[in-house]
Amino acid sequence: MSTSASSPAAAAIAPMIAMEGVEKWYGTFKALTDINLTVRPGEKIVLCGPSGSGKSTLIRCINHLETYEKGRIVVDGVLLDNNPKTIDVVRREVGMVFQQFNLFPHLTVLQNCTLAPMRSRGLARDAAEATARRLLGRVKILDQADKYPAQLSGGQQQRVAIARALCMEPKAMLFDEPTSALDPEMVKEVLDTMIGLAKDGMTMICVTHEMGFARQVADRVIFMSEGAIVEEGPPAEFFQNPRHQRTKKFLGEILPRY
Amino acid sequence: MSYTFDFTPVINGFPTLLLGCIGTLWLALSGMTLAIVIGIGGVVLRDSHIKPLRWLVIAFVELIRNTPFLVQIYFIFFALPFMGIRLNPTPTAIIALGVNGGAYAIEIIRGGVQSINKGQLEAGRALGLRKGQVFRLIVLKPALRAIFPSLASQFILLTLTTSIASAVAAYELTSVAKLIENESFRSFEVYGTITIMYLVMSWMMMNFLNFMSRRYLSYPVK
Ligand SMILES: Nc1ncnc2c1ncn2[C@@H]1O[C@H](COP(=O)(O)OP(=O)(O)O)[C@@H](O)[C@H]1O
Ligand SMILES: [Mg+2]
Repeated sequence: MSTSASSPAAAAIAPMIAMEGVEKWYGTFKALTDINLTVRPGEKIVLCGPSGSGKSTLIRCINHLETYEKGRIVVDGVLLDNNPKTIDVVRREVGMVFQQFNLFPHLTVLQNCTLAPMRSRGLARDAAEATARRLLGRVKILDQADKYPAQLSGGQQQRVAIARALCMEPKAMLFDEPTSALDPEMVKEVLDTMIGLAKDGMTMICVTHEMGFARQVADRVIFMSEGAIVEEGPPAEFFQNPRHQRTKKFLGEILPRY
Repeated sequence: MSYTFDFTPVINGFPTLLLGCIGTLWLALSGMTLAIVIGIGGVVLRDSHIKPLRWLVIAFVELIRNTPFLVQIYFIFFALPFMGIRLNPTPTAIIALGVNGGAYAIEIIRGGVQSINKGQLEAGRALGLRKGQVFRLIVLKPALRAIFPSLASQFILLTLTTSIASAVAAYELTSVAKLIENESFRSFEVYGTITIMYLVMSWMMMNFLNFMSRRYLSYPVK
């Protein structure tokens, strides 16, 4: 908030997600160290870093799939504490897409998309189905609405998972390596879906090593290592002039692939 | 050995035996229904965050699985009246079968629940569903599907165990057969006949359970 005097309007906008001094322990293992992260409405963040650096843990704290021991997390003005009511409020506002899709195998694509809106938001079936069909159309999979997850390819399943999350009409979306479990030929269809979502102004935090996606979509790229945010910046700056040794090493390892 | 078979008593008593079969199937289906309810309810309580409830379920399962069914049914029929609970033979049998089957069902269903990928629970929770909803709407069906073969064989066993209810003279096939045998002394004919009847009922029950599974528990998997 310090230098925002030049644009008072921006200063007035409350952050969508604010993490302040967040610390997370798994038993005696410190998984997150002093995480400070503010995400403005509509901002797109790409989170990268070596395996085990705490990327999943960080985004899972935001919808309280993980508890945190220190600091505070505020989502759309709601302080995320251990109160189950607050947690449910935040979860309805924040969608999540998992590496392994996690579609419900016993429900059709359409039912996957209407379950939570009906049971959690209390929408009537008609309204939930109308929303689901609209969003399945948006991820270009409406023709598969009556199929079961096992009858779809990985790329299709992940697009359904994105639609399912969108059906809750979330204000922000969290992606945890959404393309890592996919065959290479299916990565693009999922990334294109995410790019579309970004263009429509969704607030997004994406854990991904798809640096092409980061360049195209991210407002900021954040690099994590050993549970801490080491470095962050706009993609052009981040990729051209990484400041920290660990960032350079990481980029050196992953960039030749792109 | 020059035993001459005489099926006259069996033939004369055939309508009664068929009624006995209906009694048996009634006990079996009611017992199964109760067992399913106890099984699912028990699993929920077994993993509840209230410790005494968990202990209660563990104690219940241990008690039932480590004592004879005959003693359990006698307890309900002969001992509960001293506590003011007096039940007729058929309700006694249904409760005994349901409670006994339920204890086994708890362990079986719990195995199914534990086999469900944690990602399923997380996806449900991330969508804002409450814990109970996640269990009911997301976990239960795949869990039951996963353990269906074990549960089905437990229920076939339950169907056959109904014959022990003859010990309290519940209306079922073995009780009816005993009466006919007592009057005619045609043990071989009577018990031979009901053996086949039990075989047919087991087979019917298996078909019924498979039908239910296809109807309610099936969906495409990889
Ligand atoms: N449930 C858990 N129990 C104990 N340690 C865990 C658990 N989940 C993650 N960790 C540890 O926390 C660290 C960060 O994990 P994670 O956030 O999954 O990393 P990333 O997503 O960056 O690969 C790792 O060292 C991992 O082993
Ligand atoms: Mg991870």
